[in-house]
Amino acid sequence: MTFLGMPRGTGNLTGTPFPTAARAALGDAQLRRNLAKATSTIRAKRASVVAELPDWAELRAAGAAIKDAVLADLDTFLLRFEAALVERGTTVHWARDATEASRIVTDLVTATGTREVIKVKSMATAEIGLNEALADAGVTAIETDLAELIVQLGHDRPSHILVPAIHRGRAEIRDLFRREMPGVDPDLSDDPRALAEAARSYLRHKFTTVDVAISGANFAVADTGTLVVVESEGNGRMCLTLPRTLISVVGIEKLVPTWQDLEVFLQLLPRSSTGERMNPYTSVWTGPTEGQTSHVVLVDNGRTATLADPDGRAALRCIRCSACLNSCPVYERTGGHAYGSTYPGPIGAVLSPQLTGVDRNPTLPYASSLCGVCYDVCPVAIDIPSMLVHLRERVTQTKGRTAESAAMRSLAWFMSDAKRWRRLLRSARSARVLGRRHDRIGHLPPPLSAWTTARDLPRPPRQTFRDWWETR
Amino acid sequence: MRIALFVTCLVDGLFPDVGKATVTLLERLGHEVVVPPRQTCCGQMHVNTGYAAQALPVVRNHVEAFAQADVIVTPSGSCAGSIRHQHAGVAREHGDAGLVAAVGEVARRTYELSEFLVDVLGVTDVGAYFPHRVTYHPTCHSLRVLGVGEKPLRLLRAVRGIDLVELPAAETCCGFGGTFALKNADTSTAMLADKMTAVLGTGARVLTAGDSSCLMHIGGGLSRLRSGVRTLHLAEILASTAEVGAR
Repeated sequence: MTFLGMPRGTGNLTGTPFPTAARAALGDAQLRRNLAKATSTIRAKRASVVAELPDWAELRAAGAAIKDAVLADLDTFLLRFEAALVERGTTVHWARDATEASRIVTDLVTATGTREVIKVKSMATAEIGLNEALADAGVTAIETDLAELIVQLGHDRPSHILVPAIHRGRAEIRDLFRREMPGVDPDLSDDPRALAEAARSYLRHKFTTVDVAISGANFAVADTGTLVVVESEGNGRMCLTLPRTLISVVGIEKLVPTWQDLEVFLQLLPRSSTGERMNPYTSVWTGPTEGQTSHVVLVDNGRTATLADPDGRAALRCIRCSACLNSCPVYERTGGHAYGSTYPGPIGAVLSPQLTGVDRNPTLPYASSLCGVCYDVCPVAIDIPSMLVHLRERVTQTKGRTAESAAMRSLAWFMSDAKRWRRLLRSARSARVLGRRHDRIGHLPPPLSAWTTARDLPRPPRQTFRDWWETR
Repeated sequence: MRIALFVTCLVDGLFPDVGKATVTLLERLGHEVVVPPRQTCCGQMHVNTGYAAQALPVVRNHVEAFAQADVIVTPSGSCAGSIRHQHAGVAREHGDAGLVAAVGEVARRTYELSEFLVDVLGVTDVGAYFPHRVTYHPTCHSLRVLGVGEKPLRLLRAVRGIDLVELPAAETCCGFGGTFALKNADTSTAMLADKMTAVLGTGARVLTAGDSSCLMHIGGGLSRLRSGVRTLHLAEILASTAEVGAR
């Protein structure tokens, strides 16, 4: 298989098995309440604004088709994009992986002599571990998105693509601000307006004094060299326009061919992510403004390896809307930290293992009941359940012979022949003894004890269906 | 019509009453039911756990078992979904061109029970009588893989004597997910807890669905809680009459 030889990405996988990390989250009542409230609210908003559009299915198909067209000729589109950027005066850098991308950005930042940079919320910079790399070089990265700021002040990790502090309630945020935010009112209340105002005055000072900004991009137009940032708070607009140096870190899959293609995605994205018809701020720029220096760092970090897999490449259509997270019954209960990667939720369970290789956290493709809601809500129609199944096969191939694979092989031997199957069912009747007292089975030995810790099993019947059928 | 019943491995071994009810129902509607003797399992558990290669002989056996059948009916949305949407992939990846064609043929003739009743036979009133308070859980694969929509509910609404109550957050997964229930037992249990809360809140005495696997999961939880709510497959309710009730 060709994809096995491609270089994988690195960065930001904790490697903690999902079931272990999930167990801790499931026992956190505050977290469960915060997540249930936040995800159910946003699910309802999304459903109502999506239902408004009579052509949602067509938009969704168009979004998928545009992304597929870009991915099919990614090399051509990337070179076109680079040429357009250079023509407009932007310097373009290419990064193979997280380490290289972080080094390029760190070098650019330290060359300006600054000790601080302001950041627009960006998944790509989280993926490459940029803040940590900058810190190692003595540069403080200040997150200006409110939720990212909350995460940063809490020395915490994001747990959601769009709402990284979704796991925090407002009382927790007030305590955090009082403790960590320089110059904050010590009597700050937990009123959302007061919290926003505190963040606003703290950030306003940074916007006007820090001279280097780092952004990602939601979309990049190949034809024109245009970058697009979609946001809600206006912090992005500040970062993109005020500092004299702007460095944008862009995953190579972010391209769309033409300006006109944005009309599809600017409808799909806000409705899917925040449940709004339109997001408050869309910043679109083509090249640096007067007096500004601009750099674009194009990051692979496992994307080419993902592209090489015909069954997995559709994950690169993802526009990071988080509709799949908000809709996922697993995510709603475990939260994002359980996934142990920059990209949590269903899309994380298919994207992270592809970017880094499945062996880095082989439990991720199993972190789903395959209920299919993620596929239904995905604005670019990524068939996440099928992709999870495909990646599970990759996991079992990587692991080779295990007790589980032996059991599966043996069960398949019984199931591929009716006579053997019948013998197996008849011998299973001996398990009737386990349920003789209560007419149900309450305890089984490992690994089946994982079932009986919380659920009974019916007692096997005296007669299988087949035995009944033959005697009637 | 001569109908080949694919009873499924789970119903054959653990829930024979569901198979018997499906036979009773289809015969009462005037059709001949046959049970092709070579059938075993659709192989979905293997495929969904990452063992598609091992599932190949199971898929091949299934296709051979039903090669002669004109129409195949199964009391499972999930197994019908696997046959229609996964078998071709398994055959393509691990099998041969002959098998790809054969699984396509079998898939085209395979129906989940409620689809078969409503779409093929064109009936919604199957003459059932079931005087109990019932709530219905639409299983994920019947809903999102097959798209059965309201069909099971239309069948249930036509049952005489039934007190059908709506299940809150009905379309949320119960947490079964095949081996997910074992591999991620804690998360699965958390999902189950919410599903049981919803079921118990309805005051229904019976929970029904179109898949014995999901019912085994929710029913296993309801039994552990000694809740007194029982689970019955849709086929068992539809097979009930004033003369012959379910269980």
